[in-house]
Order: sequence, then C-alpha cells, then structure tokens
Amino acid sequence: MRPILMKGHERPLTFLKYNRDGDLLFSCAKDHTPTVWFADNGERLGTYRGHNGAVWCCDVSRDSTRLITGSADQSAKLWDVQTGTPLFTFNFDSPARAVDFSVGDKLSVITTDPFMGLSSAIHVKRIAADPDDQIGESVLVLKGPQGRINRAVWGPLNRTIISAGEDAVVRIWDTETGKLLQENDKDVGHKKTITSLAKSTDASHFLTGSLDKSAKLWDSMSLTLIKTYVTERPVNAVAMSPLLNHVVLGGGQDASSVTTTDHRAGKFEAKFYDKILQEEIGGVKGHFGPINALAFNPDGKSFSSGGEDGYVRLHHFDSDYFKIPSI
Amino acid sequence: MAEVMSMEDIRAEAARLNIDLSGVDWNSIRLPPGEDCGIKSDDDDLYEEDALEFDAGFGNIIVVDNLPVVPKEKFDKLEGVVRKIYSQIGVIKENGLWMPVEEDTGKTRGYCFIEYNTPQEAELAKEKTNGYKLDRSHVFVVNMFDEIDRFMRVPDEWAPPEIRPYIPGENLQRWLTDEKGRDQFVIRAGSDTEVLWNDARQVKADPVYKRPFWTESFVQWSPLGTYLATVHRQGAAVWGGASTFNRLMRYAHPQVKLFDFSPGEKYLVTYSSHEPSNPRDTHRVVLNIFDVRTGKVMRDFKGTADEFAIGGTGGFTGFSWPVFKWGGGKEDKYFARMGKNMISVYETETFGLIDKKSIKVENVMDFSWSPTDPIFALFVPELGGGNQPARVSLFQIPGKEELRQKNLFSVSDCKMYWQSNGEYLVVKVDRYTKTKKSTYTGFELFRIKERDIPIEVFELDNKNDKVISFAWEPKGHRFAVIHGDNPRPDVSFYSVKGGKVLKLTTLKQKQANALFWSPSGRFIILAGLKGFNGQLEFYNVDELETMATAEHFMATDIEWDPTGRYVATSVTSVHEMENGFNIWSFNGKLLYRILKDHFFQFLWRPRPPSFLSPEKEEEIFKNLKKYSKIYDIQDQDISVLLSEQDREKRKQLKDDWERWVSEWKRYHEQEKMERQMLRDGEASDVEEEYEAKEIEVEELLDVTEEVIQDA
Repeated sequence: MRPILMKGHERPLTFLKYNRDGDLLFSCAKDHTPTVWFADNGERLGTYRGHNGAVWCCDVSRDSTRLITGSADQSAKLWDVQTGTPLFTFNFDSPARAVDFSVGDKLSVITTDPFMGLSSAIHVKRIAADPDDQIGESVLVLKGPQGRINRAVWGPLNRTIISAGEDAVVRIWDTETGKLLQENDKDVGHKKTITSLAKSTDASHFLTGSLDKSAKLWDSMSLTLIKTYVTERPVNAVAMSPLLNHVVLGGGQDASSVTTTDHRAGKFEAKFYDKILQEEIGGVKGHFGPINALAFNPDGKSFSSGGEDGYVRLHHFDSDYFKIPSI
Repeated sequence: MAEVMSMEDIRAEAARLNIDLSGVDWNSIRLPPGEDCGIKSDDDDLYEEDALEFDAGFGNIIVVDNLPVVPKEKFDKLEGVVRKIYSQIGVIKENGLWMPVEEDTGKTRGYCFIEYNTPQEAELAKEKTNGYKLDRSHVFVVNMFDEIDRFMRVPDEWAPPEIRPYIPGENLQRWLTDEKGRDQFVIRAGSDTEVLWNDARQVKADPVYKRPFWTESFVQWSPLGTYLATVHRQGAAVWGGASTFNRLMRYAHPQVKLFDFSPGEKYLVTYSSHEPSNPRDTHRVVLNIFDVRTGKVMRDFKGTADEFAIGGTGGFTGFSWPVFKWGGGKEDKYFARMGKNMISVYETETFGLIDKKSIKVENVMDFSWSPTDPIFALFVPELGGGNQPARVSLFQIPGKEELRQKNLFSVSDCKMYWQSNGEYLVVKVDRYTKTKKSTYTGFELFRIKERDIPIEVFELDNKNDKVISFAWEPKGHRFAVIHGDNPRPDVSFYSVKGGKVLKLTTLKQKQANALFWSPSGRFIILAGLKGFNGQLEFYNVDELETMATAEHFMATDIEWDPTGRYVATSVTSVHEMENGFNIWSFNGKLLYRILKDHFFQFLWRPRPPSFLSPEKEEEIFKNLKKYSKIYDIQDQDISVLLSEQDREKRKQLKDDWERWVSEWKRYHEQEKMERQMLRDGEASDVEEEYEAKEIEVEELLDVTEEVIQDA
C-alpha cells in the first residue's frame, strides 16, 4: 500500500515506539517535541512540550497512560499520555539517552552519556503509581562501559538489564546486585558502535544493529549469538516482526558523507531479512536520508520508519506480504 | 607469520587512545634499533644487508684513484682542483677531503678520499666522475669506500664455480589443469590479498590462498599468469607454485614504485623515483630490467626525471608508464622508449641499442608496437605552423626500415589502435575544420598483413561526432566505437573483412562510455562507468542483439575472465560505499556478488595462449555439441546437488530455530506466574497471542433530501 508520510518533525527522527494496543505511535526527533500519532491513518494526535534538547528515546507504559522520554537537555521526563502534561522530571548531569519501562511499569532504566568528564551510566528509577509520590532517586546506578550506551532494555522478568553502545559490546547486568553478569563473545560480536537494539515480544531474544554493517540476533538469557544479518550499509535501526519470522534493518551512509549524485548511492532502504535463513527478502525505499528509527506495529501488519530527512513513513503491508513463503 | 593485530583492532585501540590514525605518518615510525617488538619481517635478510652499510657509515665516502702524484709544493693546487670538481656535485663535508701523502717525501700517493653529506651525493659523484679525464694520463677511477672491502677480498687465484645439482622446480602452471576448468583471480581489500577460484557453477568463490600485508601498494599477474608480483620497500617479488603461493624470486630495488612485465614474462622492469637531496635538482629516476627467472639485473637506467619524461616539443610532458614498451610479440626480443626527438630501440640479446644508436625522429609524439610483430607505428605532429604535415609511419625492426608512411594535414591529435593479432592498425585522426575553431574525426585503416600495406580512409556517419571510445574485437575483424555527445552517445560496429570497411549497425542513445570485448570476441559489454552509475549492456555482435541489460551501481572496473565465460565488475575504494565485486556470466546473468570494504583490486589470472592449432579449434567449434554433452551432464549434477544441499541447509536452520523456540516457550510458561506478579496480577500473556479485532462503526454524518425533477 502507499506509505503514509507523516511530516511533523523539523529535525531528524531518533526513535519510534508503538503502544501495546498498536493504535498509537510515538515519535522522537532532534527537535524538542515528541509527538503521538494515530498508528492507523497517521493523523497527528498531539505533542509533548517541555524538553529543551534533542529527544533520543521514549517508552510507553503497558496501559498507555505514561510516557517516558530521554533527552539531550540532561533530563528524562514522565508524561501523561492523554493530556500531554509533564508529570515528573529526572535531572542528570549529562544527556539522557535510552529509556525503557520494566515489566509491570514499576521501574524504568535510563542511560546517560559520557559528558564533561563524567562517564556514561545506567540508572534504574522507581516509577510511582501516583505521580505525586514520584521521587528522583535512583534505585541502582551501573557504570563501566566505555563511550555512549545507546540502548538499555530490561531482560526477562526484570532480572537483568541488557545494554549496548559505542564500545560494540553487549552486556547483561544483574538488577538485584548491579553486577555485570555477561559480556558477549568478542570473536562473534559487533566490530563497531551498536546503534540499536530491539527485543522480541516474549523477550526471549533480541536484535542489535551496528555501524559494522550487520545486525545480530542474541539469546537474552545466555547471550549466545543466534543469527547474523549482513548488509551493505551501517545499521542505525532494527525491528522484528511480531507476526512473521522477519527482521527489518534500516540505516544508510553517514549523513555527513552522503553523496549528492544519486539518492540510490546512500541506500536508505529498509531491508527485510528472513529471520531464520538470514537471507534478504526485500526492501522498502522512500527516505531521502538514512533511517534512524524503525518500529513494528504489535499486530505485525504495519511498520513505520523515521529518517534523517525528518519524515515518518507509515507502511501498511499489502496482502501479498503475508504470502511470502517462509521456507 | 606471528600474531598479527587486525586492522580493526588497531583502529579500536587507536580510538581508545584518542589517536587520529589518518594523521599518522607511517613511514616516520621506526622501531628502536635492535628491537623488532616481536614483529618478524619477511624480508629480514634483505634488511640486514642494508643495515650493514648504514652501520658502517661509510656509504657517503668515495675513493678517487689515478690522481697525479705531486710533490709537497703542488699539494694545495691539486687539492684545489679536486675540490672544485667534486664540490660541483654535492656538498663535501668539512675536512671531508683527505689526500694521503708519503711520509718521507711528502709526495701524494695518487688517490684521495672524499666524504659527502649523503650517500646519494657520493653515488652521484661516482657515477659522474668515474672515467673523468683530468688529462691524457690521468683518468679517474672512482669507487665507493664500502666497495673497497669487497675488492680486497677477491681471491688471487681463480677457483672454478661450484656446480649445484639440478633441483626440479614446481609445476608453476598447475592451476591450468584444474579439473573443473575454473579460473583464478586475485583481490585486494583492506590489508588482505586473496587468491580465489571462480566457482561459477557453485555460484561462489573458492579460496586458494590468503595473506595479510602481502604487498605494499599493488599486485599484478605476469602476462601469462605464471607469477603474481608484489611490491615491497626493498623491491619487487614474484610468487607462484603448484598448489599454493611461495616466493619464487626477489628483485632488489629500494623504494620501487612501479613495475611491468615483458609480454612473454621473461623480464621485469622496475621503476623508482627519488627525492633529490638538493631541492634545485630534479627527481632522480632508476629503472632496472631483471630477468624474471634468475633475478639478475640485465640492465639499469638512471637519470633525471626529465630524461624519462615523454613528449616532444609543444606536446604534453610528464611521466607515462610503462617507460619501456615491449615489441615483437611474446618473444620479448625488443623494447623501446621514446625520448626527445628519438626512439631508442633495445634488443634483449645484449640489452643494448640496436646498431648502437637510436632512431632519430624530429618531434615524435607517440609510438606503439604491433602486438605480434617487430613493427611499430609512430606519430609526428604538424610542424612549422602547418608547413610540414603531420605523419604516421610504420617502422620494421631490426632493420629500422620505414614500411609505410602517411602524411596528414591540419591534425590536432592522433591515436593509434592495433588489433590484437597485429593485422590491422586504425589511426584516429582529429583534424581542425577550416575555421580552426572545432575539430572533426577521421580514421585511417592500415592493413598490415597485405601487400604494400594498403591504407583506407573512412569516417563516421557524422564526422563531427566526438569519439569517446574505440575497441577492436580481440583476434577479430570488427571494432566498436562510442561516438556522439554526452549524455547519451551512439555505439557503432564496423567490420573490415573483405577489403572494405563496412558499418554493421549503430545503436542510438546508449548510456555507455566504455567498451569491453570478450577475449574470445563476439560478445561485448557496453558500460556506463563513473557518470553513468554502472549501466551494463551485454551485446552479441554476431546476432546484433542485446542479450541483457543490468546495472552494477557505481561500478568502476570491468574485466572479462581470460576465457570469455565470465565477467567481473567491481567497485573499488575510489567510492566509499558499495565496495566489492559482482561475477556475471557472459550473457549478463548475475552469478554472485561479494562485498568487501576498502576494495582495491580485482584481477583475473591470465592464461597462456592455447596450444591448439587454429584448425583444431575450428574443428572443436564445429563439433561443439559432442564435446559439450559431458559438461551439460556435470552442470546438471551440480545443480541437483546444490538444490539438495540448499534444501538440507534450510531444513537444518529451521529445525534448529524450532528447537530453540520450543525451549524458550517452556521457560516462558514456567515464568508465567512470576510475570503476572510483576504486573500486579494482571492475567495477561495475551501479548503472545495478540488478536486483532475488527470493529465496524457506522456514523451518520449528514442527511439531505433533494427533489429530483424530471426534465
């Protein structure tokens, strides 16, 4: 079907997130206003005003009442999804990057960038049921990785936190003790910055995308490498279909080195791979710049991509898509 | 090789230490003397030779013999004369001139030592003044100080050289006996150089040999494919062998930049240019011609960069490689270079000039050998403002007779194109129109093998068209021309068979700027490289029809394999992205593609010419069906095998996945309660069995009533 072009951001997109019901799509961009859209027709529902810097990441609670956003203005904010009012601000001494609600939405992980001599860190905050009771104290602070931590998500049963970032290493931390449990095997791991990480719906496995032009599928418990998907471009964004055994990789040449001769040169395609066979099955073109964000609707029948070009493209699959033979 | 850090690791390490690798001058890095940091050099022994000289530190001293023997009174005068001669060449060190005297008489001993600032100056002084005639009885003999030692050690009595027993070498052409009849190629990507088989039936490349840091700048196959040559700081090396790649020979030539094989791969020409120590001097150029098998220097040429620059008066100047062009086909009998107003032809029996002199040709601009015969064509531009016409001449070697000459008027430029069998020569002539404002193009066809070499003149349909590319069909009678104005030029095919130039067809408006004939003729690729983004058209010239059109986006290079069965198109590191290569069948079917970052080179291993006589080849061609049957069966077998393997592999992958998923499902089930607890008892694992409900909502927006009137 014709993609729906959603032009609401003035700067490159950074992150996309569907709520659990799949009717809302939240988008973050380098402009300061996260936006919520109808995931069906791409109509803009509202914006969340209050941040004073690029917004890198967001997560929405299971009941679609709370939104958390991490921003370069050195804060993470909790919002009321419905009214758009900021409920609480977590202040840090360096830019916040990744945010993720735990199972049950009682905890949230927030990562902060290395900044002015401070090293990067992973903070765990308690999220109060009533925003009036919300406090800013961290339950746990994890430190150690070099460089930015681009993504941190909760492992199965909130027992672990999985982090990945500029040092190209995937780490699993214990959320009880704060200890580093595992690092991925160096021989099979990524060679360059890991830009993105997407969990499967049951959290059994997750996919990482890296500037080394590959994406890798890992077991969330044992951190063993299951699959590797090789592409021609640095990978900025990854997503997994909840319905079919498909993974989508998005990326493209670095924005600063994009050739001016031909838009094909940058290969700003969203590439579909067979999750099991690791073979490319197709591509969706359209963006004028690298793809920075990808998200699948939880029903698996549509997906959206956000680009350096400032557009969100919402694609509903044709019926043919569901007829792709899996093997 | 010992443990080697991969480039990736080095980069990561550098990033960690905040070092900008691009800003590091690698050549400035020296390991501390006597310490190799555990890095073993391949060329240790060569190194040592060099090191000895430097350690001694006498490389900058020369010894001048045959000076006049003078008494004490004349000592100062002689010293003055010597100093005057030698300070012209370089800077003599302070107290660097020492002339020993007899202790009792005070007479000089007829020799002196001179110490320069640099070994290069000393080398130059030796070269320039060895044999210098001070007067009739005093002819200087100059030697490097370091060499004296060597001369002292020459034993007084001659001893017969030891005859070493014959050791049979490896079969260097084993790769030709591959059972599957495959071809090899070499690729260079990042720091790795790799030789692979093109296993087109299995649609993949099969590795043969891989080596990191095999060469310092590039690699090259010898023209018959026997050797692979590499470049190193100390010189060039060739590699080969029956099953793997061993170093067969080294050719010492410090700082070698370029090299070139003779067509029969008997000789190797190496080239280096050296920065002058004195900024007013020009670059110095050293060329060595080695015998490939023995590794001996057959002849060396030294001179200034100017001497080896090509070009006559008013023509272009600058360096063009190869300096020496080889003539006389695969026998490697002659080689020639163009100098100012002359062409110097050397022969390889003595490595001297033929008849001890060069062929004088005023203002010669360009010359090129016939690929098969000792004949070369040269071009001389117009002189004296058009009073003397431009001309193209054919010369026969060794007789140096002019076989044929053609005068041409109002010429702006000439290009010569030999057909690969040396049967035809086409000269493309750009002439000025009467107004001198624009040019138009004509062609002169020389039929070399016919009596008296008839010349035929022909033009394109539109002679004002610019010629973008010209290519002869290998061993054939046809050629292709791309002509017209960008962005969409035309491509025309001509045949010269039967004593007349005949146009076969013109293809209009093609996105092409380069032509690649199959080495066996008949098929050609019209390629749009660079500006055309890698458009490819596979064309059958026998049938005059397009077989396939394709695209290898951003392709920079195209090369046919030596048999004409496959084509490689590659994107080299001139582009940042897309690096890698594609292998196509001759008719334009993409077989496989391999992506490699920092991809520099793709070269098919050449094959020596076939030993089959033309009659035998003809016979095989006629009965192709009979011969091809066996290969068809093999193809069939392989494709069945492949699909079988493929199916198995897929099944295996699928099974592995299923097993893993079911394992996880079990865990997931066990943890169900815990998850519910985390969610405050919300009994919902529905996320796994997500259900999409379609709810239809009807909304009445507006109701209007309208009375429709009959007309």
